[in-house]
Amino acid sequence: MPIQYYIYFCLTLFSIGIIGVLTRRNAIIVFMCVELMLNAVNLLLVAFSKMHHGAALAANPHTAVGIEGQLFVFFIMVVAAAEVSVGLAIIVMMYRNTHSVDINFLNRLKN
Amino acid sequence: MSTIQILFFFLSTLAIFSSIMVLVSKNPVHSVLWLIAVFFAISGHYILLNAQFLAIVNLIVYAGAIMVLFLFVIMLMNLNAATEPRKNWWMKLTGVVSGGCFLMVLVSLVRQATEITGKNVLMKTGDIGLIKNLGKALFSDFVVPFEISSVLFLSAMVGAVVIGKKD
Repeated sequence: MPIQYYIYFCLTLFSIGIIGVLTRRNAIIVFMCVELMLNAVNLLLVAFSKMHHGAALAANPHTAVGIEGQLFVFFIMVVAAAEVSVGLAIIVMMYRNTHSVDINFLNRLKN
Repeated sequence: MSTIQILFFFLSTLAIFSSIMVLVSKNPVHSVLWLIAVFFAISGHYILLNAQFLAIVNLIVYAGAIMVLFLFVIMLMNLNAATEPRKNWWMKLTGVVSGGCFLMVLVSLVRQATEITGKNVLMKTGDIGLIKNLGKALFSDFVVPFEISSVLFLSAMVGAVVIGKKD
């Protein structure tokens, strides 16, 4: 499978995530779109790791080139889990204070 | 058209359709369910790339833990389609146009890149995605970031409790 297909697919997913962040006002949906963008990047990292692994496999059949990409995906998942726990706590606190999850209520820091 | 290609296009179409449905659903619970469908499709892509460990971890961590957390918060707040905030249509149009411009710029960039022309992704073979090899690398070369991530988890847990507790 050519790498271009994976790049176009992941770019489409990432752009859909960006459109969601820009158009939706519900804070939880915005947060879910950020997760969507993280997943698009994860899939692209794995695709590039397999691309470099396939290129290096011809020279040395026991090579481990490209394993860093998959470990980076693992660490991104770890960071995303920590981010979600803190972010949802912030959204719950915001809902408790304003009784809404509309992000337009968050402009109080402006003045 | 081989089986791999058919599976690739099926999973890609499923993922893109579900992610569009995440955006257009009025009910936040439906958005969460469509997002779980996206995660399943991406796990299918990982299996297609023979990244078995990441496929399972993606299902357990994202579709299992994180999405349950989202559902839990949504049902705790009793959100539904009626409480969904409205937005005027030109803001939506501006968002879609700017996202489309972003996509267009990146696609034209990829089409001009000469480093990736003719490169292929190794499908369904290659053993760097197996748990054995990933675990060896994780506990030899990447042991310091692994331990630091445990400190990150501890601080995130403490932070979530401190933020979420009633003051």
